[in-house]
This record gives sequence, structure tokens and C-alpha cells, in this order.
Amino acid sequence: MSTPVISARNLTVTYRIGHSLLGKGVSLNAVEDVSIEIERGNFFGLVGESGSGKTTLGRAILKAAPITGGHVNYTDDEVSYDLANVTKAELKDYRKRAQLIFQDPYAALSPRMTVRDIIAEPLEVMGLTRTREETDARVREIAAKCRLNLEHLRRFPHAFSGGQRQRISIARALVSGPRFIVADESVAALDVSIQADVLNLLKQIQRDMGISFLFISHDLSVVAHVCDHVAVMYLGRLVETAPTRALFSRPRHPYTSALLSAIPSLDPDERGETDKLEGEIPSPTNPPPGCRFHTRCRFARDRCRTDVPELREMGPGHFASCHFAEEFDFTQHYGSAATAAK
Amino acid sequence: MTKPLISVKDLTVRFRTEEGLVTAVENVSLDIAPGEVLGLVGESGSGKSVTAKALMRLNAGNTRYADESRITLNLDDQGVEVLALKRDRDMRIVRGGAISMIFQEPMASFAPAITIGDQMVEQLLIHSSMTRVEAKELSIEMLARVGIPEPARRFNQYSFEFSGGMRQRAMIAMALSTRPKLLIADEPTTALDVTIQAQVIALMKDLVAEFGMAILFITHDLGVIAQTADRVAVMYLGRIIETGPVRQVIRDPHHPYTRGLLNALPKLEDLDSELTPVPGDIPSPLDRPSGCVFNTRCPVMFGEPCLAEIPQLMQDETGRMAACHLVARNRGAKT
Repeated sequence: MSTPVISARNLTVTYRIGHSLLGKGVSLNAVEDVSIEIERGNFFGLVGESGSGKTTLGRAILKAAPITGGHVNYTDDEVSYDLANVTKAELKDYRKRAQLIFQDPYAALSPRMTVRDIIAEPLEVMGLTRTREETDARVREIAAKCRLNLEHLRRFPHAFSGGQRQRISIARALVSGPRFIVADESVAALDVSIQADVLNLLKQIQRDMGISFLFISHDLSVVAHVCDHVAVMYLGRLVETAPTRALFSRPRHPYTSALLSAIPSLDPDERGETDKLEGEIPSPTNPPPGCRFHTRCRFARDRCRTDVPELREMGPGHFASCHFAEEFDFTQHYGSAATAAK
Repeated sequence: MTKPLISVKDLTVRFRTEEGLVTAVENVSLDIAPGEVLGLVGESGSGKSVTAKALMRLNAGNTRYADESRITLNLDDQGVEVLALKRDRDMRIVRGGAISMIFQEPMASFAPAITIGDQMVEQLLIHSSMTRVEAKELSIEMLARVGIPEPARRFNQYSFEFSGGMRQRAMIAMALSTRPKLLIADEPTTALDVTIQAQVIALMKDLVAEFGMAILFITHDLGVIAQTADRVAVMYLGRIIETGPVRQVIRDPHHPYTRGLLNALPKLEDLDSELTPVPGDIPSPLDRPSGCVFNTRCPVMFGEPCLAEIPQLMQDETGRMAACHLVARNRGAKT
């Protein structure tokens, strides 16, 4: 197998909050000791509630958040970078190879630039094209891939619907010829009828151009449909990672299972009388000791309150960090969605 | 049959804008019975929020309601013609009196510089004859009822000190403290995590059972509707295109748009199925198609009638209604 496009080892992102002259400031680990590998050409899903650190992890991988501990390696056919220690020139080159698609297509596009200029800007800033003709040709080629026509290129973003705007954002991310894209909640703001269209476009880009994706989402049913591999985060830590089918047919962590059961079923007669997850995600400034999930876990035992569980292999490529992953079948206790996936 | 709690007849809402008169809602009729949960589904721009706001007369100053539009609120002692209300003072009955509303973005819905408690007390003083002490007592009781820990301490906090889920709970507590007959919930769980969404839905179901109020539940999420509503109405470009009991509409949708929405949803039961988008985008309300409003995106459009005639909602034997020429033609062929 070729080297993974992204390999993160023991990645930690620490933020300092509340500075004071005398006392030391408080710090919080938005991401703690996370190791993941994204295989080339893979559609890698990252899920978790808000506050779980999934966006921070995505940004650290793009070198847009500080890497406080551990390593992130990026590798493609041409280059390999150790992102914790890159030079300025390497980082500049990395920016062409790794791109980001944002959540809100209404906020991500400048209202004063035409669509052509929005898509062309990365080319001009990075100096990828020399003449205007070259730029135009490249913009038209990428726009066509994202199903935007010449007429669209002359207009301003306000004339477009949410789905079209997200296609413009995608074109802008693609124009520098990246090999790796982080899509952070890229369909969360879209109507379901259009969401499917944008998801199909992203999958097509993955297939046709061989681009690897880190797809960050809180929507497990979307992730189940588009991703090859899924990682689940809780309060800065990785709790489970597995090939999509394995994760959805038999989750090995009670948090994953609880997330699955929380998805509202389309069947009106299956009105979930199952155990819903109680409470909310605790503050990362003061994470619970032991297993971070124990405050909300109905399976928690004494050991969970003191010992931090390590990720253990439960099947091929399937890792979970729960002391009792072998002992319990969580799907029997949490909702119907998980059983339905079998 | 008992009288509906609220009855909307031929509601047409237009906005006066620089580009001309924009039709946001057209000929919408719906009834909500006491204690019933009606789900209102549609994409952004379908007019669902405008319809809901019309019930409380909350649409902006450039709003024009058509002359034939009627919204009738049937209370125990009186009937209120909502669209005939003129003075702000008279509108109190629909604004927090008999009708309360909760919004999608609870952060934007609380005043940031006034404590949650003061906001709860203020509305109780307006809508009831309670004293300040009684209002405070009831507010704390309501906060406890919606599952907020340490309600007495939370009462004195500001909205920024609440998490998203807690804020939405506080909003529900506030909306219910005046004991409304109808609660309008406009995408109340859209901004929440699925886990918190499940908690809020469970809470709302408990409260319906306990308080016996009716709910107009607005959302774009059919899963949420399946879990909460008794009946559902699907809106597209300002018109109701299908309505009926929630089981029938979701299991066997008649209108091609409802079918399209269901096909576009990722389903956990079937990971191999392709996601099928509804082709194209919802047209601008400035540029409404003539004939059937869905004809620009409809996969089963069959020509002349779809382009020229507006299909009317037709009821079948099970009480379901769909506004589609094809459905009408097939039914005609059968009989």
C-alpha cells in the first residue's frame, strides 16, 4: 500500500485562554493525542458533537491551527512534508496541495467579486498562471467540472442559490490542483434536495481526480453514505475509527452507538423509546478524568472514572477506546438506527 | 367534528419590494385541531416561516395580505380574526397570549443584556395578572420542568452563559409559561447536535402530552417530522402541494416533490442507494412558474396542464390531499 496522504501521530492542539500577569493562564486541549491515517483517494469522515474538536483537527492538518504536540505528515506522489516542522517555502507549496471547503456558502464568497474572480484568485495569489488567458482557461475548465457555465462566471454571488454557491466554493478549492481537501460541514447549510447534489459532486471529484477528502460532519447518515472510513471524536479524543460499514453495523464505542440512535427515524412508528444520551458534552477546560465519556455513559464502571482507555483493534482497521468494548454489545441498548444498518 | 383551534383560509402573502410585489405564500389553507401537532416541511424559500409568522402577524411592514385571506383563532370564549387586528394592543392575544413561538437560533432570540429570568418574568407580567413574585416562582418552576439543572441559579444568568441545548430549553420554558393554546416551533432543533435534538424532541413530546397544546412544527427535516407530527403539510414555493397524516405522506408520498425530498435523504437502512437530488434549484419568488409551481423541476411533468393550470389540492379516500395533475389524471383513469 502507498503511504497515506495524511498521517497524524499523537497530534495535540493546545490553546491558551485567559492570560494573566501573575497566575498562569488556563490552557485547553482542543485535540489530544489523536492518531489517524487517511489513505490516498479515500473519503475519510470525521464526526462528533460540537465541541468535540473535529474542526480543530481538520485545521491542524491544514496547518491552520497550531500543532502543539505530535506529528502530521503529508505525502503525495511528488512531495512529503512533516507539517509540525515545515519551512516557509514548503508551507507555501502545501497550500496549493491542500485546500478547505467551508460550511456556509453565503459567508465564504466575497459579494463584491464576480464568480470568475473568486475562482481565479487562488491562481493569481499563488502565481500558478502567468497570463490572463491561461487563468481564464483554467477557471473555465474547473467551472465546467463543477457544472458552472460561462454565464455564471460573469455574475456576482448574490445571484446564486445555496447549492450553486457551494459549487462555486468547490471550484475555488479545486483550482490550484489540490491532492487533499478538507470539507468542513460543507453540506450542513444546504437543503436536503440540494445536499444530495453537492455530495454527488464531491464523490465524483474524488473518483475522477483521485483527490483525498477529510469530510467533517455532524450528520451520521450523510457520513454513512459518502465516506469510506469514519473516525468519531469526543471532547478532543478519538473514540472510534473504522471502515464505514463496520462502524455502522457494529459500533464498538457507546458514544458512537448513542450518536446513531439519536438520528430521528423516518418511520413514524419507530418513535424512539430507546435510551437517549443524557446531558451535554463537558467543557474542554476541565475534562473528566479517566474515560472522557464516562459522565454520560450508561455502561460506566469504576474503572472508567480513573483509567484512560487506549484505542484497541476490534477488527480489520476497526479501533475503539472503551474498556468494555469486548464485553458489551452496545447496539442492543441504544436505538434502532444502528440495528437497521445491519 | 370539533372546531379547529386555528383555521387558515386562502392565505396569500405578498411583500412590496424594490423589484415589485413578491408572492411568498399563495392560497394556503390549513387547520390545526386542539392538541394536534402539524408538521410544515419545505426547502428554504418555500414560505413556511412566512406562513407561521402570519399567524402572529409578525411579518414586516411591507407585507400585504390578500383581501380574501382569513386566519381564525377559535378560543373558548371568543373567535379572533387575526388578520383584522389593527392595534398592537389587540395583537397581544396572538403574540404570546394564545400563541407562542420558539425560533431556530436561541442565541439571537434572547436579549443579551437582560437575564433569562427577567425576560421570562416580563412576558408573564404582560400576559397574565400575576405579581412579580408569582411570575418568578412560575418561571423557575418552568425552567426545572424543561430539565434545566439548578433553575434558581440559572434564572439570574444571561443567555451567553447557557449552552445551545440549554438555551433552547429555556426558550421552550419561556414560551410555555403563558400556557399558550398553540406553539409555533420554527426549526427549533436545526442548530442543535443530534444528541441534543433527540433530547429536545423528547421534551416537546412530553410537554404536548402534559399541556395539551397544539404545535405547528416547522422544519426541513423529514425525520424530525416523522418523530413528532400527527399530520404534515409540504410546501413548495409558497403553496401547499401535499398534506395528510404523517404515516401516509412519508410512506407513500403522492406528489413528485415529496417523493423527491424523500429520495434525496441519506438513509441508514440502505447505504448502497444513490442519493438522488431534486434536479435544479427552487426558482426565485420573483419568477414564479405559471401553472404548477413545481413544473421547472418535476421529473414526471407531462406538458400542457402542468404548464398552464395550477393544480388544486385533491383529497383521496384516506383524507390525504395532493396538488398534482398527474395524480389527478391517474385517479381519474382508475375510477
